[in-house]
Amino acid sequence: MSVRLFVPGDAGALAVGADDVAAALGKVAARRGETIEIVRTGSRGLYWLEPLIEVMTPAGRVGYGPVTPGDIESLFDSDLLTGGAPASRISLASGFKRLLSGGPHPLRLGLVDEIPWLKRQTRLTFARCGVIDPRSLADYRAHGGYKGLERALSLGSAALIETVIESGLRGRGGAGFPTGIKWRTVAQTTAPQKYIVCNADEGDSGTFADRMIMEGDPFVLIEGMTIAGIAVGATKGYIYIRSEYPHAVAAMEAALVAARRGGVLGARVAGSPHDFDIEVRVGAGAYVCGEETSLLESLEGRRGIVRAKPPLPAHHGLFGRPTVINNVLSLASVPVILERGAAFYRDFGTGRSRGTMPIQLAGNVKHGGLFETAFGVTLGELVDDIGGGTASGRPVRAVQVGGPLGAYFPRALFDTPFDYEAFAARDGLIGHGGIVVFDDSVDMAKQARFAMEFCAIESCGKCTPCRIGSTRGVEVIDRVIGGVDRAANLTVLADLCHTMKFGSLCALGGFTPYPVMSALTHFPEDFGVTPPRLQAAE
Amino acid sequence: MNHEPWNAETANAVIAQEQHREGSLLPILHAMNAVFGCIPEPAVPMIADALNLSRAEVHGVVTFYHDFRREPAGRHVLKLCRAEACQAAGGDALAARASAKLGIALGETSPNDRVTLEPIYCLGLCAVAPTAMLDGRVVGRLDAQRLDALLTEAQR
Repeated sequence: MSVRLFVPGDAGALAVGADDVAAALGKVAARRGETIEIVRTGSRGLYWLEPLIEVMTPAGRVGYGPVTPGDIESLFDSDLLTGGAPASRISLASGFKRLLSGGPHPLRLGLVDEIPWLKRQTRLTFARCGVIDPRSLADYRAHGGYKGLERALSLGSAALIETVIESGLRGRGGAGFPTGIKWRTVAQTTAPQKYIVCNADEGDSGTFADRMIMEGDPFVLIEGMTIAGIAVGATKGYIYIRSEYPHAVAAMEAALVAARRGGVLGARVAGSPHDFDIEVRVGAGAYVCGEETSLLESLEGRRGIVRAKPPLPAHHGLFGRPTVINNVLSLASVPVILERGAAFYRDFGTGRSRGTMPIQLAGNVKHGGLFETAFGVTLGELVDDIGGGTASGRPVRAVQVGGPLGAYFPRALFDTPFDYEAFAARDGLIGHGGIVVFDDSVDMAKQARFAMEFCAIESCGKCTPCRIGSTRGVEVIDRVIGGVDRAANLTVLADLCHTMKFGSLCALGGFTPYPVMSALTHFPEDFGVTPPRLQAAE
Repeated sequence: MNHEPWNAETANAVIAQEQHREGSLLPILHAMNAVFGCIPEPAVPMIADALNLSRAEVHGVVTFYHDFRREPAGRHVLKLCRAEACQAAGGDALAARASAKLGIALGETSPNDRVTLEPIYCLGLCAVAPTAMLDGRVVGRLDAQRLDALLTEAQR
């Protein structure tokens, strides 16, 4: 009988050798005369254990990681194919080796679902990621897929939008606007054509949840977009994926073909009177295209120049038509909300941040990966407890939350609960849920300078505070670092940040002051400033 | 990476293939980039004609996006992630090492046209930082040794 083995095909796993591991598995199995079937999945999100391979056993899936091709032979010797339990027919060699080693293989992690890091999570959006074969519609259905669409069709547009509003789901891209309200606005418009646009331009450093979902569970995004289309009366959807994500592009393309073939995309979706189809579009390396209006310009074939709002995309969006534009995670959370009901989802979370957030731990962190949990967990728990501190073993000095436009938080603020309002109250943002950990070797003045430099590189150029302010910002920080008229230049920097924050058209110029000012406020010593003076201003 | 020399007929075929899409300029430019390794200057008026745009508009789009090259890259393209998560994991030192070993700055192509070294702002592999991409292949957990292996491969 053939044994099922699971090897991630996720880009993060490929980057650390998952393909080589899969090839070695095949080769060693063939030589030993074992029949195996290798299923390429997404990643479970425990990246420090990648490549993490799993084997199906009667008790469940047993994991091993991080595996290198050189480990495969010894894994087979330790009864890999039965998950480490000696098979009834023990080969003499393997039995002997087990006896000698006297225990399970050092890479054996036990039942994957029981790994504490995974077990502590509340996986709603990521329930299937790393579990199923992302190319198989049948596997998706077997794991609860398309139940949300079924329910959406039975509810009808108005009731289904009500469900999304009641769930409390807010935009996971960072802005946190209630998803259901956006849908209702578009549903109330009359137009010959409406669009659903999925923002998969996940450019924030420290974030990779969109990529993981697209590579590991692409059908959930297709289902979410289809539900959105039915809700607002749109027949066409676009997924705008950044060009830095070639694996996600390929996975989505393949899933779209399979969904069309399976009758859940295209004309008369799932036998309903609704038509809905989706096309993937690839970005071209502009960070600002993650801003929704800039993304729409790009989709229309223009420079990714931000549009002034109003009019809102809900009224005048893609090609001037009413458009729902949502982040990948917002749309991917919709199927479970429809399947389990608004109350089920809303019961997770805290305050006005309802449901779960896929949080991404990255940078210099020991246990980096994707941790989906209800809002409300503190930053300290995430970094020290779940993340396990730094990979370098040195003390954590700062974390940047929410990407290049997010604030740097010192240890003193590690009691901040992870929710939209709590972070805003401390001059920060949760953004797309990325947390980048830095140890005590970080130079915060350099990080502040980089924030301005990045803004200058990526500014679309439409508004002056962002276009000019970022370049002036780099120069002013250089003067501060160089000790030139420091006090006066810090006043200029604060003033410049104020202008950018309130005078920029979009979040690029408007939020760049967050990393800059937070670095200055919390780590003044790195700017050559004696701490007491600035702390008084805090 | 193999790219074709400029050929107006091929360019026309590329345009014709993508033109039917809504907002087809980016797909056309991506296809051009894939075929010729860059957006050749003579392609600009052809695209403008086909889409009823001005040459300035097409030029504006070509120059706005980092992906669209004006000149073909070297035989190999090594992209090093320079964003915060990779900075936190030691990416700065690796970028400096790559520059020094190849004798070119980020954004430059080696004089023998073998390798183009480029910064990239996030590959979404931030939990296995520092990361790089060599001709479309992703590499994580870079250290000096793994970087050197990549550099050797890129110089072939």
